[in-house]
Amino acid sequence: MTSIKSIRSRTVVLPTKDIDTDQIIAARFLTTTSRDGLGESLFYDLRYTADGSERTGFPLNKAEAKGCGILVAGNNFGCGSSREHAPWALLDYGFQAIISTEIADIFRNNSLKNGLVPVVVDGDTHRWLLDNPGAEVEIDVQNATLKLPDGQTTKFPIDGFAKYCLVEGVDQLGFLRQHADAITRFEETRAWKP
Amino acid sequence: MSNSTLFEKVWSDHVVVPETVETPALLYIDLHIIHEVTTPQAFTRLRELGLPVRRPELTLPTMDHSTPTTPVSSFKDLAIVGDSAANQIRQMESNCAEFGLDLIGFGNDHRGIVHVIGPELGATQPGKTIVCGDSHSSTHGAFGALAFGIGTTEVGHVLATQCLLQRKPKTLSIDIDGKIPDGVTAKDLILAVIGQIGVDGGTGHVIEYRGDAIAALDMDSRMTVCNMSIEGGARAGMIAPDDTTFEYLHGRPRSPQGADWESAVARWQQLRTDEGAEFDKAVRLAASTLQPMVTFGTNPGMVVGISDPVPDGGDDPSFRKALDYMRIESGKPMTDNPVDVVFIGSCTNGRLSDIKEAARVLKGRKVAAGVRMLVVPGSQQVKNEAEAIGLDQIILAAGAEWREAGCSMCIGMNGDTVPHGKLSVSTSNRNFEGRQGIGARTVLASPATAAASAVRGRVTDPRIFS
Repeated sequence: MTSIKSIRSRTVVLPTKDIDTDQIIAARFLTTTSRDGLGESLFYDLRYTADGSERTGFPLNKAEAKGCGILVAGNNFGCGSSREHAPWALLDYGFQAIISTEIADIFRNNSLKNGLVPVVVDGDTHRWLLDNPGAEVEIDVQNATLKLPDGQTTKFPIDGFAKYCLVEGVDQLGFLRQHADAITRFEETRAWKP
Repeated sequence: MSNSTLFEKVWSDHVVVPETVETPALLYIDLHIIHEVTTPQAFTRLRELGLPVRRPELTLPTMDHSTPTTPVSSFKDLAIVGDSAANQIRQMESNCAEFGLDLIGFGNDHRGIVHVIGPELGATQPGKTIVCGDSHSSTHGAFGALAFGIGTTEVGHVLATQCLLQRKPKTLSIDIDGKIPDGVTAKDLILAVIGQIGVDGGTGHVIEYRGDAIAALDMDSRMTVCNMSIEGGARAGMIAPDDTTFEYLHGRPRSPQGADWESAVARWQQLRTDEGAEFDKAVRLAASTLQPMVTFGTNPGMVVGISDPVPDGGDDPSFRKALDYMRIESGKPMTDNPVDVVFIGSCTNGRLSDIKEAARVLKGRKVAAGVRMLVVPGSQQVKNEAEAIGLDQIILAAGAEWREAGCSMCIGMNGDTVPHGKLSVSTSNRNFEGRQGIGARTVLASPATAAASAVRGRVTDPRIFS
């Protein structure tokens, strides 16, 4: 994994609450055996009508949304399935971070494994971000802070280990494998075996 | 150990390396169920690193999500829908062969939906840690296992190390007191719970379902309840094992046998929350207030009693957007709405008791003109058992379709979809926009409500057929 220390970008805003992983990437795109190229399928049914034409009102389809690396979404973003295709699609599209007041467990976990930074903020900060699409903000991963255009800085919660892995570009499988001996001992000594 | 919750007992029994401020715990996984959709990229990673699967015998592979359910006389005739799905299925077969995994594939009498076959085989057991690259892994918690969904990167972690890096979650107790009224099912119960706590009410928590109403449920019903824990935001939901659990597991192919059975039961009997153990959060619900439930919006928390009016979401734009998508009006009960498609099946309601319940309503009746009804068994075994007692004949005589086992219309990635704009009453778990097909409008309900709605061609209170 590549190291991610900070992200500076304009935001694109999807204010809807409870955006689920089926909306992020619909199941019909999950027959792939690769993790690449899923950006095309991101939010597909929100971006396009049934006949394939662009929905002009959808925020990602607006000219000013191009090149935005930070998605600000309504509460409880990423609820639903465990499909890691959701963060893969967001990353492939060009997003580097998601900001919301709440981010669903499995999605957040999958995001952290892939270098998509989940940022949970308070209601006031969130409201300001929802009201100001296109704002240029800065996410400092090392210090776990979000800086708004006026310079105001807020802390966001992030697990210390997850942060370490992001900042140092650590592959967690490598970390797990360092404990191979402990795993073997556990398997040998546990009271009962499955 | 005193004053521990059921969750804490199972958790602490599997900690290989304890968590610290700096690092999460290494948690050992007893059973890893895998399927064709969320594993190909994990096998690719193992191949890149030259790693084997650490414990093939703790890995249970099958195929269910992208497999067709079109009736066939032989599995040689199975027509997989789309080259991409066919490729995914072939890769699952070749990955399992390459890594030495015993795939429960086409033609195997035990093939079926991951969360149906684990329990059916007796591989799902109390006190185990169980994961799968599927969020409805919470189903297995019905046996007192700690079971949760993981992403593909973590599938790779478990394949390679049989462990996961995990922070200990919080606990949420959901007590259902009293007796569930006649004509009300486990599906109605869990929909009511999600309606109460909201789709994010369980985020960061493991649920334990407790109380008289839970203890009175059979295993199929307990699985329905635990299955939808994730729809309330909780990765896992658990129920303490009891005699109902042990009776279900006794004699199953992968259950402990002989003397091992006795010692297993003795161990499993310890798996209950101690008197005085504390939960981080607690919710109570009186079973006597329950009625058949149906969803009206685009997430499982947007749910209403069958005879109650759809609520008014005020000026919440997300609520408005959901009702516009569903073409549902506030202030009227759901029973006014005409139905196009009815789906009975999925890991939520695709077990034998669910098929029986649908057949009970359908017996001697006909599916209304213009309604397409699919009944899809959750596994080959459910299919065989249903056919042995003639349920397929009742279903076919009513004009419904009787299909092969699989995820089918729950996920719409296998050829079974709801057409654009059509209203589906579905026994599955998610009414998200587009979940059952582009533009599909999904109403979640119990098998009885779904079958009753098929007969009348409108969303229907199933108690008129009881």
